[in-house]
Amino acid sequence: MSSSIVSPKKLFSIYKLPGFTFIAITCFVMLYAPIMILVGYSFNEGSSLALWEGLSLRWYYSAWQNEAVKDATLLSLIIALQASLYSTVLATMAALGTTRTRAYRGQTAIYAMINQPLMVPEIVTAVALLIVFATIKQATGYQGLSFLVIAHTAFCVPFAYLPIRARLEDMDRSLEIAAADLYATPWRCFRRVTLPLLLPGILAGAMLAFVISLDDVVITEFVKSAGQDTLPTFMLGQIRRVITPEMNAIASALLAVSVLMVSLIFLINRKKT
Amino acid sequence: MTDPVAISVNQVSKQFGQGADAFFALDQVSVDIRENEFFTLLGPSGCGKTTLLRLIAGFEHPTAGHIQLHGEEISHLPPFKRPVNTVFQNYALFPHLTVAENIGFGLDMQDKPAAEIESTVTEMLQLVQMESMRDRRTDQISGGQQQRVALARALAPHPRVLLLDEPLSALDYKLRKGMQIELKRLQLETGITFIFVTHDQEEALTMSDRIAVMNNGQILQVGSPNDIYDRPSHRFVADFIGDTNFLSAELVESSSEHAVVKLSSGKNLVTGPTEATLNNVVSITVRPEQAVLIDDLANADLQGTVTNIMYSGTDSHFHIELPSQEEFVAKVQNAGPARRDWETGQTVGIKFHDNAVQIVED
Ligand SMILES: Nc1ncnc2c1ncn2[C@@H]1O[C@H](COP(=O)(O)OP(=O)(O)OP(=O)(O)O)[C@@H](O)[C@H]1O
Ligand SMILES: [Mg+2]
Repeated sequence: MSSSIVSPKKLFSIYKLPGFTFIAITCFVMLYAPIMILVGYSFNEGSSLALWEGLSLRWYYSAWQNEAVKDATLLSLIIALQASLYSTVLATMAALGTTRTRAYRGQTAIYAMINQPLMVPEIVTAVALLIVFATIKQATGYQGLSFLVIAHTAFCVPFAYLPIRARLEDMDRSLEIAAADLYATPWRCFRRVTLPLLLPGILAGAMLAFVISLDDVVITEFVKSAGQDTLPTFMLGQIRRVITPEMNAIASALLAVSVLMVSLIFLINRKKT
Repeated sequence: MTDPVAISVNQVSKQFGQGADAFFALDQVSVDIRENEFFTLLGPSGCGKTTLLRLIAGFEHPTAGHIQLHGEEISHLPPFKRPVNTVFQNYALFPHLTVAENIGFGLDMQDKPAAEIESTVTEMLQLVQMESMRDRRTDQISGGQQQRVALARALAPHPRVLLLDEPLSALDYKLRKGMQIELKRLQLETGITFIFVTHDQEEALTMSDRIAVMNNGQILQVGSPNDIYDRPSHRFVADFIGDTNFLSAELVESSSEHAVVKLSSGKNLVTGPTEATLNNVVSITVRPEQAVLIDDLANADLQGTVTNIMYSGTDSHFHIELPSQEEFVAKVQNAGPARRDWETGQTVGIKFHDNAVQIVED
């Protein structure tokens, strides 16, 4: 592939705008400095949040030993795994339904509806779910995890949907036509051509959903029954009482998981394009 | 001796859009394509070539009319039920499969046993001379090689008919020439009917057994390259293929064997039969190389004044203005015996070769 000799970047350079560097650096500092401090202090030897007393893994160890932290972590993982699985399946079907069908009335409306959790304030969804689930809980007496799994699945769908849809739209339609031409029935065409080519998008969607579920506070806080603390809601509860560097350690660990996931998504998507 | 019909297209129309937007990409097209034939659809961009191919492949369904394969109605079968394969213009190779897996895909979908797939793939790789690339990914081979893989993939299931939509248009000139010969060889070796789409008239003339010239969703003429070039039925066909001259003449005699036209010079000339009405003005066409320039004005079919002489290596083009204000271009070979020392402003006689004149529909 040849590109034009004069790249558009050369004609107009945002770097040359006055104050660009200053603003950019300020933004990065404001974004990342608090996180760096948090991560730094998670390795603090002392129990003060402000005073550096030397390097140690003491708080990681203490968090590791804490049964409540273990329970919350386990619950978070269980919910995130289920929610990302279900939401990815739903999102894949939704993406196929919005890209691999003839244009139909209300297609845009459906697209908007799938993405609504990105637009509607989370607190609104949380209150709505609280009311519905409370009614069901009262009526059935069932207090199990399913409520959290359903809630997480619901708000994870649009996050899983976006990368899957993007990949489907980028996919060369003539590949599926070629498969049909070579005697592939619609189902085998999907299995042998569409799905393998879609896989990076599905993986990215699943991981994004996983991270989003793992991070959630607001909806979980409203929907959970007593004793169903995920890691973020557990931390919120702890911080209300006393702030210990143990929270720094947990937050840093959570951050590490998120960064890992996002890097993986990035790698998967880069490899194929 | 004519082979039986492979594909029969009968009064097929294809409409896109509805109501005010309605647009006929194909308008009552009928054509029979025979077995073992290298058949070319030739026409300008947007004339409906791809649409006709897509209807035969089953990617679209006709609005009206019938398509039959060996006498069996296929117009409404889905593509995966038609023993017809396509070589796509952009190749459409599966990027997640190797060269061999691409070629074997069709056989695999037909649930052929692994051993048979294996041997056919090997055979196909030999046929297109790609044995060494067997396990490459499709983005690790050149454009010309992708072209061969696309061909092999479409040929592997031994389709009754192979459809090729401008398969050579992405290749550079040299590769293109090479692939033209190769395609022709493959067609002869496999004995499969090829329906080939191009808008390159030279490519169509050199490769085809028969050509269908299309314009505006209609097939204007079907015939051998020689028929199409020497006996164009329509002004469009004559104009689209090669250079030609158009003149007005009067139809003075018409029978089922021949017709006679009267030129603006008053000369009468015999041509093939025509359906035009007697005593009407008709258009005739004469190829520039089908005329010689002579001194003897009395013996000439036309006469005129040389206005321009263009030298083009192998021949010279004499532009001659006729008394009827029409322009005639005569092409004279520079190496041939014909006289060519005419100068601009001179009056010359134009003498047509036998059977050079053809009446065309407008
Ligand atoms: N899906 C479609 N919807 C509407 N119009 C279409 C569609 N497909 C083709 N057409 C129109 O039908 C006409 C014929 O198209 P077609 O692709 O068959 O042309 P073509 O002869 O293959 O041209 P080219 O040489 O440029 O490939 C064009 O005017 C095109 O715009
Ligand atoms: Mg086309």
